[in-house]
Amino acid sequence: MRRRITPYLLVLPGGLWLLAFLVVPLVFMASVSTQQGDVVTGFTQAFRLANYTDALVAYRTQFLRSAGYGLAGTGLALLLGYPVAYWIAFRGGAHKSTYLLLVLLPFFVSFVLRTVAWRFLLADDGILLRPLKDAGLLPEGFHVLQTAAAVIGGLTYNYLPFMILPIYVALERIDPRVVEAARDLYATGRAAFTRVVLPLSLPGVFAGVLMTCVPMTSDYVNASILGGPANTMIGNIIQTQYLVNNDYPAGAALSFILMAAMLAGIFAYARALGTENVLRVVAR
Amino acid sequence: MSTPAHDAALLRGLTRPRARGPLTRRDALRAAGLSAAGLGLAACGVQGRTTAPPEKDAVAEYWTGKQQNGTLRFANWPLYIDKAGKRYPTLERFTRDTGIRVTYREAIQDNPSWFGKIQPQLAANQDIGYDLMVMTNGIHLGRAMALGYLVPLDHSRLPTFAANAGPRFKDPAYDPGNVYTVPWQSGITGIAYNPKYVDEEITRIADLWNPRYKGKVGMMVDTQDIANFALLSLGVDPEYATEADWRRAAARLQEQRDAGIVRKYYENDYVDALVRGDVWVCMAWSGDIFQQVAEGQDLRFTVPLEGGTIWTDNMCVPKTARNPVDALTFMDYVYRPPVATALAEYINYIPPVPATQDLIRKDAAGADGEDRESLKLLAGSPLIFPAAADLARLRTYQTLSGTSEKVFERIFQPVTQG
Repeated sequence: MRRRITPYLLVLPGGLWLLAFLVVPLVFMASVSTQQGDVVTGFTQAFRLANYTDALVAYRTQFLRSAGYGLAGTGLALLLGYPVAYWIAFRGGAHKSTYLLLVLLPFFVSFVLRTVAWRFLLADDGILLRPLKDAGLLPEGFHVLQTAAAVIGGLTYNYLPFMILPIYVALERIDPRVVEAARDLYATGRAAFTRVVLPLSLPGVFAGVLMTCVPMTSDYVNASILGGPANTMIGNIIQTQYLVNNDYPAGAALSFILMAAMLAGIFAYARALGTENVLRVVAR
Repeated sequence: MSTPAHDAALLRGLTRPRARGPLTRRDALRAAGLSAAGLGLAACGVQGRTTAPPEKDAVAEYWTGKQQNGTLRFANWPLYIDKAGKRYPTLERFTRDTGIRVTYREAIQDNPSWFGKIQPQLAANQDIGYDLMVMTNGIHLGRAMALGYLVPLDHSRLPTFAANAGPRFKDPAYDPGNVYTVPWQSGITGIAYNPKYVDEEITRIADLWNPRYKGKVGMMVDTQDIANFALLSLGVDPEYATEADWRRAAARLQEQRDAGIVRKYYENDYVDALVRGDVWVCMAWSGDIFQQVAEGQDLRFTVPLEGGTIWTDNMCVPKTARNPVDALTFMDYVYRPPVATALAEYINYIPPVPATQDLIRKDAAGADGEDRESLKLLAGSPLIFPAAADLARLRTYQTLSGTSEKVFERIFQPVTQG
């Protein structure tokens, strides 16, 4: 009897935590998202589903832009992060943990502060652009801040460790003898990588993409610090609705649309590239 | 709007940068290394709706039986009170004079997020942890009043305010009769520019539309701030603007944005961008620019010919305050001219007590070297003590009702949020 209860007891604290701080607020927000009114006269439940269509119509540009930035940032993080993870896992030698610490080191500085530092680095007359302009390599009016490139760059920079770490874990687990066996069977270095290492690391890539794409898409700090008028993301809109307009229904509706869109994206992604399927496809 | 005759030089009195002043707010800013974060104190200048004054009895009903408890919990903006090292001289003096101990926190970064934080607690009638707070006249202060979140003040206990506050600081449109608030400091929203990049004198709001400065113009993100400037440039007094005027103003702002002239709609991080050269011409708050100039930056500030706007940060007592009498005592205390002077010499915005100008001059006479120069600059600055002619060109913000506020936001928010 006791043995049957034990697992439930173990899951109880975590379950209660999720219930209190995830499920209850979600239900509450869902209820808010169909309400009507304003903060002064009060909000009343009107089951107004038009809140959703209104929000979607008014802010479709920002939704699409966020998706674009999230995907671009994720792609960039993958391109940058995979080689780093590979190098640490296979060439890191005795200092692996030091390199991992270096990857994590930026996290010891506040997220906002790191982003603000970019503003200093990328200033129009700053230490990076001024010399290039003086050398005639860039036109005088050229600027990086307040462009999509700055926002995507900031997103990539801030979430890069979330891409590196899961890929590293996947690569680290690969038995070196598997690679040796491939080479013994006359696989070239390239073939050994594409046929053996890459497929075995895909679960890490899968996790890394999820862990970076989701927060990047809903991020608002980078767009507000590094972006300009044409770089507003959906996170910024939600923040404005909640904090500036105190229009809680609109903010809640936007949040749910974002959540639903991301869940749909994740499921589609998992279905298309589900790790097992991928393994099977690539192994063939 | 006609452009009244005035001495333009007076408004641009801050022409010569100084090497380095002694005022400690600047040191604090420099020590923080992030003036953008530090300068968050200036607030957005928006004004909310006015509300009917509470019934006469409400004041008596609230204050009867309330007693001084000897403690005060004060929430203010960063770098918005005089500071010497880790100590607050004015607060210490207050404790000495009244026996009230003050817990001071720089808890407020901007009005919207502050209101968002306290709104649920006040709605639930819970203590927000403070007895006194400072909010800018604007939408959120208006909401706090309309929702009954603020205590109606007992003016029989505010004799120093009555005696010393400047006429402009009494009975403001956003709070007739100072029912809920008394001013802490005021400031001007005008235009700042960096003469390193701009080789002409900026005098008009229209200059913010000049294609010469494409991609180098900074505007403010607050909808009332940009709306007011666009309205003034169209010759409309923001206080009396109609919905049709709003639409014309929004179209003008959209035009400026679509032409790629606006680099960014800034919150309070424009100062760094202006100093670094990311923007050359920018909407700005007087105190911020005064600070930068006093620190040696070569920046200019101008109240545009078409007019500028003036905002006020106000002290108010949340309805769940535990020590309201202590809060009221402090509100009255800061209107003593010597106290107001100590605050003005540090904060560098417009003090609500006109008598401070002479007292700062006196302090300057008694000081020497850099201190003297610095205090003289302060006492003579039209940004701290605007002349009557300048004040005449400054407009306050339109008071919006609940529904018109929604219409207003729907017209202007798409400009900044595209």
